[in-house]
Amino acid sequence: MHDQPKLQPLERSEFFSDHRASRPPVDGAVARGELHEDELFYTGFENGELATQFPFAVTREVVEHGRQRFNIYCTPCHGQLGDGLGTVVQRGFQRPPSYHIDRLRQAPVGHFYNVISNGKGRMYSFNDRIQPNDRWAIVSYIRALQLSRHVSVNDLPPAVVAELNAEAAQ
Amino acid sequence: MAQLFHTSANMIARLSLLAVVLGAGGGLTALLTVAKSPYNTQQNMPVDQPVPFSHKHHVKGLGIDCLHCHTSVEQGAIAGIPPTKTCMTCHSQIWTEAPMLEPVRESFRTNESLEWVRVHDLPDYVYFNHSIHVNKGIGCVTCHGRVDEMPLMMKANTLQMSWCMDCHWHPEANLRPRSEITNMTWAPPADPDERLALAQRLVEEYNVQSKVSCSVCHR
Repeated sequence: MHDQPKLQPLERSEFFSDHRASRPPVDGAVARGELHEDELFYTGFENGELATQFPFAVTREVVEHGRQRFNIYCTPCHGQLGDGLGTVVQRGFQRPPSYHIDRLRQAPVGHFYNVISNGKGRMYSFNDRIQPNDRWAIVSYIRALQLSRHVSVNDLPPAVVAELNAEAAQ
Repeated sequence: MAQLFHTSANMIARLSLLAVVLGAGGGLTALLTVAKSPYNTQQNMPVDQPVPFSHKHHVKGLGIDCLHCHTSVEQGAIAGIPPTKTCMTCHSQIWTEAPMLEPVRESFRTNESLEWVRVHDLPDYVYFNHSIHVNKGIGCVTCHGRVDEMPLMMKANTLQMSWCMDCHWHPEANLRPRSEITNMTWAPPADPDERLALAQRLVEEYNVQSKVSCSVCHR
């Protein structure tokens, strides 16, 4: 009763030669609804060039979701500020480039999507861990991080400006 | 005809009856105590693994979120044991010579799975689903305990049906905002009124229902 002959996910199987109860999909298999025809959404490219636009409208919810996913998957190396000083880097992993350097500030959004999907340098691909819509959300949050260091005081909401002035006065 | 039994036999008979009742009760109590004890449930007993993976080091020491490795917990029945590639994301660069991690490297080289020993093993007639629990506001720590303080993984709870039912009768007591699902140290508001208000709000917002029919988990 407790252990039935059926196989549970990730259990060992004596039936299959690789001993995996969870079967890897056959090469070239396409799951229902996963044809990935939308080039921009699934690859971050448009007509062979890195995309310069998001495949969907970036709302506040998207950015907030992106922050949450960024803090799960990216901060160990890239750090919460995107400066490349995460906890794993402090333990010896090579520091990734800061998002705040000119090259990455100028990089099209498709670049970030492509790196998350396929990896770059020492960074492995995260395509098995982060779903495409989450990847785009993370890209939107990376843009927000980049923006955070280059906002002029005039662009801030009046309440925030008042807060800053109060702090400066102290 | 002389009496077969002395008058004291009456007392012996009564005491015998009492002994049977007490004995049965005591036996039953002993049985239930053993059934709920770590001897039977393996609760709080660290399990040897092919690699002595420390959640304490990775979660508390490095601040890595549960979802970083257990990626399918929000969509699937199982939270997912990460593939070796996830380990190697970092360990291709750090601790690359550590003998302790040789099984990980070997698994990556040979594409043979690492065979972790299952710690939370429900009976096969229980159809547990992680996604419904985390999406309704039940945190990882509620069932798995302070994983961030476990050098080696162990069960923090009995995982027995009575333990499941405690919550299934009154789920509101264990709810938290979805944003705090993987937070190991979140605590509900200390103020009883605020705590109640939060529980009521979450029950409403996530449409949390007390599910106690047999077929919810058994089918």
